[in-house]
Amino acid sequence: MPSILSVVLAPAGSVPRASQEALTRATSVAAARGWTHVAAVLAPDAASLAPEVARFGATRVVAVSDPLLKTHLHAPVVAAVADVLGRVQPAVAVFASSEGTKDVLGALAARLGAPAVPDVAAFDVRADGGVEAVRPVMAAKFLARVEAVPVAGVPVLVSVRAGSYAAEATGAAPPEVEAVPLALADDALRATLREVVGATGGTVDLSEARVVVAAGRGVRDAEAKALVDELAAVTGAAIGASRAVVETGMFPATAQIGQTGKVVAPEVYFAVGLSGAIQHVAGMQNSRVIVAINKDADAPIFQIATYGLVGDLYKILPELIAALKRRG
Amino acid sequence: MNFCVCIKQVPDVTAPIQVSGGQLVMDAGRVVLNAYDASAVEAALVLTEAHGGEVDVVLVGPERASEAIRKALAMGATRGTHLVVPEGAELDSAAVSQILAAHLAGHAYDAILAGKQAQDSDAGLAGGMLAERLGLPVATNAVGLAQEGGTLVVTRQGDAGQEILALPTPCVVTCSNDMNDPRIPNLKGIMAAKKKTIDAQPVADVPAPLVRTRAYETVPARAPGRRLDGDAAEVAAEAVRLLADEARAI
Repeated sequence: MPSILSVVLAPAGSVPRASQEALTRATSVAAARGWTHVAAVLAPDAASLAPEVARFGATRVVAVSDPLLKTHLHAPVVAAVADVLGRVQPAVAVFASSEGTKDVLGALAARLGAPAVPDVAAFDVRADGGVEAVRPVMAAKFLARVEAVPVAGVPVLVSVRAGSYAAEATGAAPPEVEAVPLALADDALRATLREVVGATGGTVDLSEARVVVAAGRGVRDAEAKALVDELAAVTGAAIGASRAVVETGMFPATAQIGQTGKVVAPEVYFAVGLSGAIQHVAGMQNSRVIVAINKDADAPIFQIATYGLVGDLYKILPELIAALKRRG
Repeated sequence: MNFCVCIKQVPDVTAPIQVSGGQLVMDAGRVVLNAYDASAVEAALVLTEAHGGEVDVVLVGPERASEAIRKALAMGATRGTHLVVPEGAELDSAAVSQILAAHLAGHAYDAILAGKQAQDSDAGLAGGMLAERLGLPVATNAVGLAQEGGTLVVTRQGDAGQEILALPTPCVVTCSNDMNDPRIPNLKGIMAAKKKTIDAQPVADVPAPLVRTRAYETVPARAPGRRLDGDAAEVAAEAVRLLADEARAI
């Protein structure tokens, strides 16, 4: 039976939400085609995550465990995925689009001679194994309908943008788990990881957050930043930022949302003092509810805001925080 | 170190662009050097100015794209190579990386840089593909680049933090625009660029794309929102009420 393979990178030891979304989509595709849904998990202890990926519909799990997979390095991930692709021989392999997969998709495609369709907002698989997908292009101003024609003997590689599908646990039976070692040649690890400088932003992970409070150029001093922090604390939100405000050094680079940076699609997105440049909007326009606070009534962010609050953030944020607290 | 920077000419995404009959319609004159590639050129120039070496650039594209090479030369690059493909040729990332790899295999650069993605397709595949085809180590999404002897030290923006990687040369590094602010060519640079040679080489066989774009469409508009204006306390109270009762989001 043909199969679709979900590739789950879990360096932190949990299945990221974007991977849950991609797993859910792969489960639907497998059901529609009558295919098997296999998941490859790459983690320091991958087998322990098998029940979690099975919850999202994978019926067979290939677990690649190695301490090297605790941090992201290009060569081990490419080697591990290439090895699993060889074992499983799927028609399609699905990744959650992140900096950890953007890194490897091109290398795998070139190594295998496989078509690669990165960063899709939607995809479907034809009976012949071809993939039709919709990709945001030109800073997500337009959508491109693309088609990958299957190449005999190799999978079509697809990566899915965060927030494109809703994660849905279907509570399947315990999967069949196959543990395989990391297949890394001795001379393959040429880059050395010296250190990882951790994020110093909020306590909630931006990619996992239900609510995001994002700061723009209007957040220009410690007082405004404190208000952003408090709004995030009251709403349990992760803190994001536009490129302009990251450049000032007030927010870490890991908080950056947009064409350069993270793509998020939370339930609620508070855009604070954010003008809404297209490069930023590219990373957040699929948020369910957008609340914009800006004193410039002509700011482009108001064109996409669900609720546009026109006014001075120094006046509105304290009132908003107080009103949210009253609501409890 | 000697660098080769792979560059691309892209439509200016801030220019007016429409969709008609599934095709993008724009002013053919509104094209720019891909911003991520400009950051890669800047990074290479900064390192050669500090440690010596030269910066070459290479571009795959139709005749008119040579303007982007001229821009990189005006920034300070030494030589440009234009791998010319027919106007309107359908190129995917795999084809571009194949053409670049065939060219670069005949050269001995210490480091090959490129933008982390092109501003038009936002695919971000070509750098990784190129490294794989050339058998070189790669780091993507670099936000910092330093030279330590024969090693390049790359600060890579990852998902959870910044990864500091040491890469032996030769290697491939793709650059983020968060790395630097590319210099604006001055008059002297522009004049000097006019005297520099661009080696134009026609690409004999353009590989057929594995991924084809069938049509473009506009992004569906979001439902129109509500504007709240006036007294801050009232605006805030109304916003919270709407978030709770209308959007059911809190």
